[in-house]
Amino acid sequence: MADKPRRLNLNQKYQLMTRGLDWETTYQSMDDVFPYDKYEGIKIKDWDKWQDPFRLTMDAYWKYQAEKERKLYAILDSFAQNNSQLNISDARYMNAVKIWMQGVTPLEYAAFRGYAMLGRGFRGAGARVACQFQSIDEMRHYQTQMHAFSHYNKFFNGFRQYSRIRDRAWYLSIPKSYFEDAVTAGPFELITAISFSFEYVLTNLLFMPFVSGAAYNGDMATTTFGFSAQSDESRHMTLGLEVIKFMLEQHEDNLPIVQRWLDKWFWRGYRLLGLVGTMMDYMLPKKVMSWRQAWEIYWEESGMALFNDLSRYGLRPPKYHEVATKEKYRITHEFWSTIYQFSHATALYTWIPTNEELDWFSAEYGELFDTVYRPRYEYWAELHKNGERFFQKRLPVVCNVCQIPIFHTMPDDPLMNCCLVTEYKGTKHQMCSQGCKDIFDHEPEKYCQAYIPPQQIYQGNCGGATLEAYKEWLHIKEEETGEYYGSEDHRMWEEWKAQAAGTAVASA
Amino acid sequence: MSIDIKTTKIEPRRVTFDNVAEKLGEGKIPSRYQEVMIGVQQEEVFHYRPTWDPEHEIFDADRTAINMQDFDDLVDPRQYYYGTYVIQRSKQQEALEKNFSVVEKRGLLTALDAGLTERITKIIVPFRHAEWGANTNNLFIAAYGFGTPMPIAADFQGMDRLGNAQYITRIGLILSNNDPEILDQAKAEWLDEPMWQPLRKMLEDSFVLKDWFELHLLQNFLLDGILHPLLFQHLEGEVVNNGGAAFAMVTEFFVDWYGEATRWTDHTLKTAAGESAENKALLTEWRDKWLPEVKNAAAPLAEYIFADRSAEVMKQIADKLDTRSGKIGLE
Repeated sequence: MADKPRRLNLNQKYQLMTRGLDWETTYQSMDDVFPYDKYEGIKIKDWDKWQDPFRLTMDAYWKYQAEKERKLYAILDSFAQNNSQLNISDARYMNAVKIWMQGVTPLEYAAFRGYAMLGRGFRGAGARVACQFQSIDEMRHYQTQMHAFSHYNKFFNGFRQYSRIRDRAWYLSIPKSYFEDAVTAGPFELITAISFSFEYVLTNLLFMPFVSGAAYNGDMATTTFGFSAQSDESRHMTLGLEVIKFMLEQHEDNLPIVQRWLDKWFWRGYRLLGLVGTMMDYMLPKKVMSWRQAWEIYWEESGMALFNDLSRYGLRPPKYHEVATKEKYRITHEFWSTIYQFSHATALYTWIPTNEELDWFSAEYGELFDTVYRPRYEYWAELHKNGERFFQKRLPVVCNVCQIPIFHTMPDDPLMNCCLVTEYKGTKHQMCSQGCKDIFDHEPEKYCQAYIPPQQIYQGNCGGATLEAYKEWLHIKEEETGEYYGSEDHRMWEEWKAQAAGTAVASA
Repeated sequence: MSIDIKTTKIEPRRVTFDNVAEKLGEGKIPSRYQEVMIGVQQEEVFHYRPTWDPEHEIFDADRTAINMQDFDDLVDPRQYYYGTYVIQRSKQQEALEKNFSVVEKRGLLTALDAGLTERITKIIVPFRHAEWGANTNNLFIAAYGFGTPMPIAADFQGMDRLGNAQYITRIGLILSNNDPEILDQAKAEWLDEPMWQPLRKMLEDSFVLKDWFELHLLQNFLLDGILHPLLFQHLEGEVVNNGGAAFAMVTEFFVDWYGEATRWTDHTLKTAAGESAENKALLTEWRDKWLPEVKNAAAPLAEYIFADRSAEVMKQIADKLDTRSGKIGLE
C-alpha cells in the first residue's frame, strides 16, 4: 500500500467506482443470469470497451438532480398559486399539452421501465449503469410532467381521464404501439430505437418545438420542466451515439442488424412525429416554426450530416428518408384534416385555423397548401358557419404498424391515397406506406398481434359497437370532444378574459 | 393592519385526475406522492407480446405468485417520488461528504490500529460486490414488478445500492491511500476466498429467481436484514469500541439508510401479507426456505469478525429479524 495518498483523476475515480463491481458468475451461468442479451444476434466480444457516456457517480447525481428539482417545484408552486394558466396565449394551445399528457407522458413512464430492464439485462456493468441513470431520469420526467399538468387538469378538459384513454383511445395507440414495439423487442433493439433513433436523431423535432412552443405561448409550467429536463436529455443523446458505435465496433456481423433497426426506427419515429408536427403547426396559436422548416433544419441538415459521419462505420441513411422529405409539405395538413373530422372521438378539440393562420400556412407551405388544403378548410369553415360542423360518422381504417389513420398519400402524388396490403395467415393487413409495410413483412408474427382499435370497437370489444358506447368506455363526455369554438374550454377561457378585462377597467 | 392582495378568483373544475379520485374518494386532494403513484403503469391493451418472454405481457401481474386486488396498495411509507427522493439523498450526501473530507484530511482511517484496518479491509471492501448484487436484484423488481409504486421504490433502492457500493469503494481507497490494488484484492477474495463463497452463491442464486416479490423478500428483507446489522451495527460497534470512531463517520450513512429502507420493506411485506391468507402463507414459506441459506451465507463473516462470539451475535440479529417477521404478520 502507498504511504501517501496517490492522486486519482476524475476519470480514474469514476472507473474505480463503477467498473469491477460486477463479476463473472460461476455458481449460475452468465447466460442464465443475463438471459436476454444474445438472442437478437448482436455479438459483443468485450464489454469493457464500452465508453461510459455519463461518468456520474450516485453522490454527484443526487446533488445535481436535487438542485434542479428544488428550482422546478418552486416554480410549479408559484405557477399554481398565481393562476398562471391565465397567461397562456389562447385556450386552443392547451390541446398541445393534452396530447403530451395523453400520449407522451405515459411513454416517459414506459421508458423508465424499459431502461430498468436494460439496467438489469445487459451483462456489461458500464452499459447497465448508464441505462440505470436513464431509467431514473425517465421516471423523473413522467412525474414532473404530471405534477406540472396537474394544475391544468383542474381547469381544462382532456387531462382527467388520461390513465383510461392512454390505453383505450384509438389515436393514442399511435404513441403507445410505438413504444410497446420497442420494449417487446430485444434489449439492443430497444436501446437503438429509443436512445439512438429517437433521442439522438429525432428528439430535436419533438422536444424543441414542444418546449419552445410552450415558451412562445406563455406556458411556464411546461417550459420549466422542459428546460429542467434538457440536461438529462443531453446525457441520453450521448448514450444513443455510444450504443451505435459500440455495437458496430464490436463485430462486423452487427452492421446489417443495426442498419435494419435504423431503417425501421427512423420510419416508426418519423410517423410518430407527424403527430408532433401537427401539434406544432396547428395547436400553437403563436408559431415557433413550421414542420417543414423544422424538418429541413433538424433532418435534412443535421440528420444527414450525422449519417455522413456514421458512413465510416458502413451505415447509410435510413431507408425512405427521401419519402419523409417529400411529405414535408403535406403531412401535418393531412394529419390535421383527419383529426378535425374525428375529434368527436377524442379527448381533444379541433378547429379551422383563423385567416391569419391560413395566411401563415400559405407562406410556409406555398402552392400545395393553397390548392389542396386551404380550399378544404374554407369549405369546412363554411359548413360550420351554417351549423353543419363536419364530422366523420365512422372510425378510420388505421395502419397495422404505425396505427395512424390511412390518410397518407403517394410519395409523388399528394392527391392519391396510399394503402398497401399484406396478406398473412389468411388475414389482410393494411399499411399506410412502404416503410410500414416493410416493417410488417419482416416480422409479421409480431405485427399481426397489434391491437387495432377501430376493429376492436366494431367487434364490440370496447364497451359496445357504437361510437357512443365507445366514448362511454373511454369516460369521455360530449362536452370534452369535438369542435373547440363553443366548447367548455372555450367558454371558460372567454369568461376568464372578460373577468380580467373587467378587473382592469375597474382598477383603472 | 391587514392588506388584501387582489387576485382573480377562479374555481377549479376538479381537484385531480380521475384514476386518483377513484382510489382516494371524490374531492380528496392528493399529495404529490399519490398523484404520480396511482394507476400510472398500464394494465390493459398490450399490442405485442415481449419477444423475450412471450408467456407474459409487458407488465404482467403473473410475474409473481403474490396476488393483490390492487398492486398500487404497495405504497412507500417514506412517500418518495423522484423529487423528494433525490432531495433527501442529496442532504445525506452533503453530510457524509463532510465526514469523508474530515476523515481524509486528518488521515483518521489510516491511523487505525493494524488489526482493525485488516478486519475492515477483509470484510467491508469486498462487500461492495454484495451491494452491487443488491442493485441487480432491485433493478429486476423495477423492471418486471407490477403496479406503480413498487417498481419505483425498488428503483430508488437499486440506485441506493449503487451509491452504497461507491461509498464502500471510497472507504477502500482511503484505507489504501488511493491504491486501487485494494479493490482488486477484495474482488479476488470475493471470487475465491472460502469465507465469501456462500454469500456469493446465495446472490448468484437470487439473480436467477423469476418471482419479483420473492426476490424482494429475499434481498431486501432477509439478506439485508442479516448482513447490514452484522456489518454496519455489530462490526461497526466493535471497531468503534476499539478506538475506530472514524469508521463510524464514514459508515453512519449505511446505518441511517438501512433504518429508512427497512420501513419500506416491512410496510410492503406487511401490506401483501395482510391482503390474504394465501399471500401470508406464501411469504412465510419463502421466508422459511431462504432464511437458513441467508444465515449460512452470513455465518463465515460473523465467525471471521467475532470468532467465538459469532453465534451470540448472529442470534441477536436473527431475533431482531424474527420480531420484524412477527410485526409483518408472517407465521
